[in-house]
Amino acid sequence: MWAILTLLVENKPGILFKVTHLFRSRNFNIDSIAVGVTENPEYSRMTITTYGDEKQIEQIVKQLDKMIDTIEVKHLDEHKTVYRELSIFKIKLSNANDSMEVNKLANAYGGKIHDVKKDSIMVELTATPDQIRAFEELAKPFGILEVARTGVAALQRSGV
Amino acid sequence: METMTGARALMVAMEKEGVKEVFGLPGGANLPMYDEFARCDIRHILVRHEQSAAHMADGFGRVSRKPGVCFATSGPGATNILTGIATAQADSSPMIAVTGQVPVAMIGKDAFQESDIIGMANPVVKYAFQPRTPDEIPSVVRKGFYIAETGRPGPVLIDIPKDVQQKEASMVFPDEFKIRGYHPWTDPDIVHVERAIDLLLSAERPIILAGGGTIISSAFAELQSIAELLMIPVVTTFKGKGAFPENHPLSLGPIGMHGHAEANKMMTEADCVLAIGTRFSDRSVGTFEAFEKRLKIIHMDVDPAEIGKNQTTSVAVVGDVRASLRIMVKMLLQKAVKRTEENTWIKHVKETKEYWKENLKLHPGEMGAAKILRKLREVLPHESIVTTEVGQHQMWASLFYDVIQPGTFFSSTGLGTMGWGFPAAIGAKVAKPDVPVVDIAGDGSFSMTENSLATAVLEDIPVIVFLLNNFTLGMVAQWQRTFYDRRMIGVDQGKCPDYVKLAESYGAQGIRAQSMDELDKAIKTALKSDVATVIDIPIDPEEDVLPFVAPGTSLADMILPS
Repeated sequence: MWAILTLLVENKPGILFKVTHLFRSRNFNIDSIAVGVTENPEYSRMTITTYGDEKQIEQIVKQLDKMIDTIEVKHLDEHKTVYRELSIFKIKLSNANDSMEVNKLANAYGGKIHDVKKDSIMVELTATPDQIRAFEELAKPFGILEVARTGVAALQRSGV
Repeated sequence: METMTGARALMVAMEKEGVKEVFGLPGGANLPMYDEFARCDIRHILVRHEQSAAHMADGFGRVSRKPGVCFATSGPGATNILTGIATAQADSSPMIAVTGQVPVAMIGKDAFQESDIIGMANPVVKYAFQPRTPDEIPSVVRKGFYIAETGRPGPVLIDIPKDVQQKEASMVFPDEFKIRGYHPWTDPDIVHVERAIDLLLSAERPIILAGGGTIISSAFAELQSIAELLMIPVVTTFKGKGAFPENHPLSLGPIGMHGHAEANKMMTEADCVLAIGTRFSDRSVGTFEAFEKRLKIIHMDVDPAEIGKNQTTSVAVVGDVRASLRIMVKMLLQKAVKRTEENTWIKHVKETKEYWKENLKLHPGEMGAAKILRKLREVLPHESIVTTEVGQHQMWASLFYDVIQPGTFFSSTGLGTMGWGFPAAIGAKVAKPDVPVVDIAGDGSFSMTENSLATAVLEDIPVIVFLLNNFTLGMVAQWQRTFYDRRMIGVDQGKCPDYVKLAESYGAQGIRAQSMDELDKAIKTALKSDVATVIDIPIDPEEDVLPFVAPGTSLADMILPS
């Protein structure tokens, strides 16, 4: 199963290394990772997405929790969580209609258009990984030149 | 508040932690710290290789249950202690390793004797500090000791750049401190203990499996109370060997790859196990799946991450195992549960034990491993501390050397580090100078750290090396005989060196024992000696350690002596 983990960690050098090293040495995989400082500058929040069965996810959470530099580790229920990823697509334009078609597609997914050139166009899309994948499928026929993705950032909804 | 250098602050802070001895070796990057030995009461014990310093600190820590301290310089000094740190981590042993580092401005420049020891050590330490300013040192030391010795103990690395050692700052030595992400103790949940009792009482064939955590938390009396109140047989892991007196009628000894036949047998027949402070390592349980299905597991551990890591449990009790067992004893006494009648299970257990006592075939020669180790047990006082090296002799010690007084047997069980036993024995002797300390050794393992003889002699630490010498890397040879059709590659050590002469060349005592009579005399001479003694005992290089559970098979499939 796909899991979103949220970690509140000490905002100190070397913590990202320790967290990623733990995944490597325990034979787990990181699907995506996003890190940023929190409302309190002493802490950073890491959002990590990973795959594993229930037992493996439980073990990852416990091992992360055991780390002295982690203040809090949670396995988020995606139904009770707001989670988004930012992605930027550079898409090829082959004929006159393409620009308009890509524009329409981007609009349908709430994307923004940047850097319109004769041969290419950039789409910025902030959405769930599933939506981004769906957009990617539909954009493929135009020709995707480059993609950059940030990984998921997530917060639990209040009162759940 | 007092102004002093970082190096001075380190020593003052360690004195406040009660440190009396440091094992180490000086070099360019830790000289400011070494200079401070001239101005403090901490004894420095010089080693000949940094790996041994770490093993000595480890042995000291396991015996005293306070962190042992080792010092090494930067670069190769630091990489040399890594094996010792990893050994301590694998066996949850409290340790403080202090390394010198190149000056802050040189870090990352590939300077002479620079190594990124923080990066290298990360997966094998409980925590690592690298203070960048001298005023951090007092709190780093305070936190370091706290982390090393609380919860599940482990090694802590403190890597101090040379200029941070040299610079002065006004120092505050804190009594109180906060580590937000560290909660070493959980109070055992009484409901879970109650559930554990219900499960144990309803079981037909219960067994107790005591692991290393039982020894770390000194839960000996509590374990014995429960075993006796409920009349439950006790097996241990190899690391838990001696958590329960091995001459007790309910004791079956260690399970595992080279476990006692009766222990492995009963483990596979049990229907419920109370597992205390163990991680269910592959060497202990083999392929557990075979009988996991019908075995209900009650797992007690201080480390919540161990619950469910290797085994699925029916009931888990998280917390210091001594605290958990105490609650269990109290509840049993309240319920007035006490079994006095031997049921069919306990009768069967005792018969099985008796059977294997009579029927396990041993080496026919006068100098077979079993006879040698039983002789050692017969002569050694019960309070003696025994460490082992790693190899065949280690497993023979597990099989034939009975631990009578709990908590007097230590071995590198997790990482299996050859060369561990001798320096660890030196560390143990420093922690408890008044009891005999014996390293049960093999020639292959002993030769890895034999230069610690210099430390034992010069620092006046008279330990005994009890060397079962088959001139072979015996355990590897056994695997080559068993699994590789007797193709013996890279295992012959030749008759090199002569260990009696080697001992004498260091100023230690060397005795060769080639008969039981000579062995008896040698042990008695060594016990009276005020210098370290090596007892060289030539044995048959073809003797195997049996029983043997082949890797990847079940405890039920023991290879027995034919």
